[in-house]
Amino acid sequence: MSSFWSAWIIVIALGNIFACYWLVRWTTKKRPGEAAQGDVTGHAWDGLQEFNNPLPRWWLWLFYITIVFSLVYLVLFPGLGTFKGYLGWTSQGSQYGAEMDNAAKTFDPIFKKYAAMPIEQVASDADAHGMGQRMFLSYCALCHGSDGKGAKGFPNLADADWLYGGTPDQIKQSIMMGRQGAMPPHPALAGDDLDKVANYVASLSGRTEGVDAAKAEAGKAMYPTLDCVACHGADGKGNQAMGAPNLTDTTWLYGSSLDTIKETISKGRNGKMPAHADFLGADKVHLLAAYVYSLSKK
Amino acid sequence: MENQQTYNYKVVRQFAIMTVIWGIVGMTVGVLIAAQLRWPELNFDIPWLTYSRLRPLHTNAVIFAFGGSALFATSLYVVQRTCHTRLLSDKLAAFVFWGWQAVILLAAISLPLGITSSKEYAELEWPIDLLITVVWVAYAILFFGTIMKRKTSHIYVANWFYGAFILTIALLHLVNNAELPIALFGGSWLQSYSVYPGAIDAMVQWWYGHNAVGFFLTAAFLGMMYYFVPMQAGRPVYSYRLSVVHFWALISTYMWAGPHHLHYTALPDWTQSLGMVFSLILLAPSWGGMINGIMTLSGAWHKLRTDPILRFLIVSLSFYGMSTFEGPMMAIKTVNELSHYTDWTVGHVHSGALGWVMLVSVGSLYALIPKVFGRESMYSTKLIEIHFWVATIGVVLYIASMWISGVMQGLMWRAVNADGTLTYSFIESLKITYPFYFVRFLGGLLVVSGMVIMLYNVLKTVAGAKPVDVAIAAPAH
Repeated sequence: MSSFWSAWIIVIALGNIFACYWLVRWTTKKRPGEAAQGDVTGHAWDGLQEFNNPLPRWWLWLFYITIVFSLVYLVLFPGLGTFKGYLGWTSQGSQYGAEMDNAAKTFDPIFKKYAAMPIEQVASDADAHGMGQRMFLSYCALCHGSDGKGAKGFPNLADADWLYGGTPDQIKQSIMMGRQGAMPPHPALAGDDLDKVANYVASLSGRTEGVDAAKAEAGKAMYPTLDCVACHGADGKGNQAMGAPNLTDTTWLYGSSLDTIKETISKGRNGKMPAHADFLGADKVHLLAAYVYSLSKK
Repeated sequence: MENQQTYNYKVVRQFAIMTVIWGIVGMTVGVLIAAQLRWPELNFDIPWLTYSRLRPLHTNAVIFAFGGSALFATSLYVVQRTCHTRLLSDKLAAFVFWGWQAVILLAAISLPLGITSSKEYAELEWPIDLLITVVWVAYAILFFGTIMKRKTSHIYVANWFYGAFILTIALLHLVNNAELPIALFGGSWLQSYSVYPGAIDAMVQWWYGHNAVGFFLTAAFLGMMYYFVPMQAGRPVYSYRLSVVHFWALISTYMWAGPHHLHYTALPDWTQSLGMVFSLILLAPSWGGMINGIMTLSGAWHKLRTDPILRFLIVSLSFYGMSTFEGPMMAIKTVNELSHYTDWTVGHVHSGALGWVMLVSVGSLYALIPKVFGRESMYSTKLIEIHFWVATIGVVLYIASMWISGVMQGLMWRAVNADGTLTYSFIESLKITYPFYFVRFLGGLLVVSGMVIMLYNVLKTVAGAKPVDVAIAAPAH
């Protein structure tokens, strides 16, 4: 802020406060020829009149107290342009910083203790389980559900099926750095061809109900020629390194109906697991990973 | 030829009736979205019935359609009566009425369609903003033109407040709605970008937002109060000196208060501090209006026993005093840490919007409607009495439930275990809020029921009435 704007702010802010004080003093003054106290002023509008009553004393004091409080506050805290205030307080630096430092001093040792232990061991610790669960409910349950069983587009964490792998390190990596699961759209694949491929994909998990065997057979012939194989593999078993789902099992992230499968193939999907490394830090993620790990081991 | 011997009551009658109708519409939408918070399936999976679209419809309908119509009706009545002259122009008055109804209609269509500039209380898109500007300028010319041709030497205090409201709303509307159609950058003609970047946009928005409260919902309704309270009580205004101090102090300090909506955000600290201290200074000027209104009754307190209209007015002033005490307290950073983002804010807003704005408007309309329709009094005083109790109980249920749930939410969100993890997940705080959402819904339902009783009473009053424009009284001085 330039010194001009700083001065401008100081002048109009203090000017407004002092104007309030001046206004009270000016209005309180007796004027020659004015009506006696408690009488009407002598004006009338549509029969309405006004008493010439003084300002209530208690109300005046209330006004003065707020004015004095404000002036003191503006001396102690930032408010008057670039003047920082005598306490040196800032919301980011001193207040938020102090609260975070204080929290770190109190709570970090607790998390450090668990961070030094292997995830498998943390997973079987009752206290750590409680902490992990409470964090899960705050940070993860919104998408994955409070029981961890997920929802459409959000993976079930309580089963043994993993998109990016279920080892302790893989789970921790997913939480720390996040994951981007992108299924590209296939607008060129439409009509009968789309129908055939969708039937084949549905049949991969051994399903016969609602699947047209002839179309599935035709789709099977097409499958190796499409770019599906690049991620899901020639056998359709997927690839955990890139988070490509296994198409031959009965887990369906976005739904298993033929219409949904067609929508997934033609429009693509975008799954985004946000990164938590900066937000929670490695120690807390360690505990969370242990909790998620324990969910699938029940 | 316009008849210069009588008042123009036609526009007053039009706005008065529409106030009741828009009140029922806006508040019914409010009850529906209150119900949706308790029973989310009530949006029936129809996009234009979702909370996100109906919420701005509710706020725009109650503030600008209901509150706006009440202000047009009373200001155009009061300015004529207290200036002892007819409105500047009948044609302009008709334009203001039909123009404002067009704005409301366009809002009722565009908001459910999801066409919004996304600024709270300024959601309407730029073509509607332009129409509002034209109507508002016409209103300003009509109002100030009438003041100019007044037959009294002084201007009555009610008109100071209405005047400040008209000028400030014009300024707020123009500055906050400075926007460019997206079409200029290759997009829709129906939507726009704000011209302000980032934190500046937030600051401009809440400078607008809080002054909309200060000038639309406070100053203007104080104008209404300054006419109808002394008139209904049959007593002179308590203190002329107090009117002067609290008017100037109120309008100058309100201008600064906006940043208290943005405590602990990207807004610079100095801005937040100024917002906080001026909000505190605002306490006394706000209370000046309450004192002047309530003390006007000294010597006439017994009238409260028999006159439910006066009861509406005085209870509205009590809610006004309560919410203008609560507001400065919530603007203190330490209190705001607890109250911000919780239902407490919603309760606070409604103690002002229902307790103050609605009650004072309803009371004033009950006093106004018989006069402009050539009736001795409203069709039924008993029904006014019933409306008073239904509305008051409704408002109390509403704000008490939101206070409790708000403080509970604030405390639950900040509760931390010995190990540093949060004691409650967000969903737990939501679960415990459900019973209070139900109570709030009941409160809202009572408020709307009261408005329906009012509509019946009003229809019975005006049915068969032969409204005549009353002859202008000679000024006393």
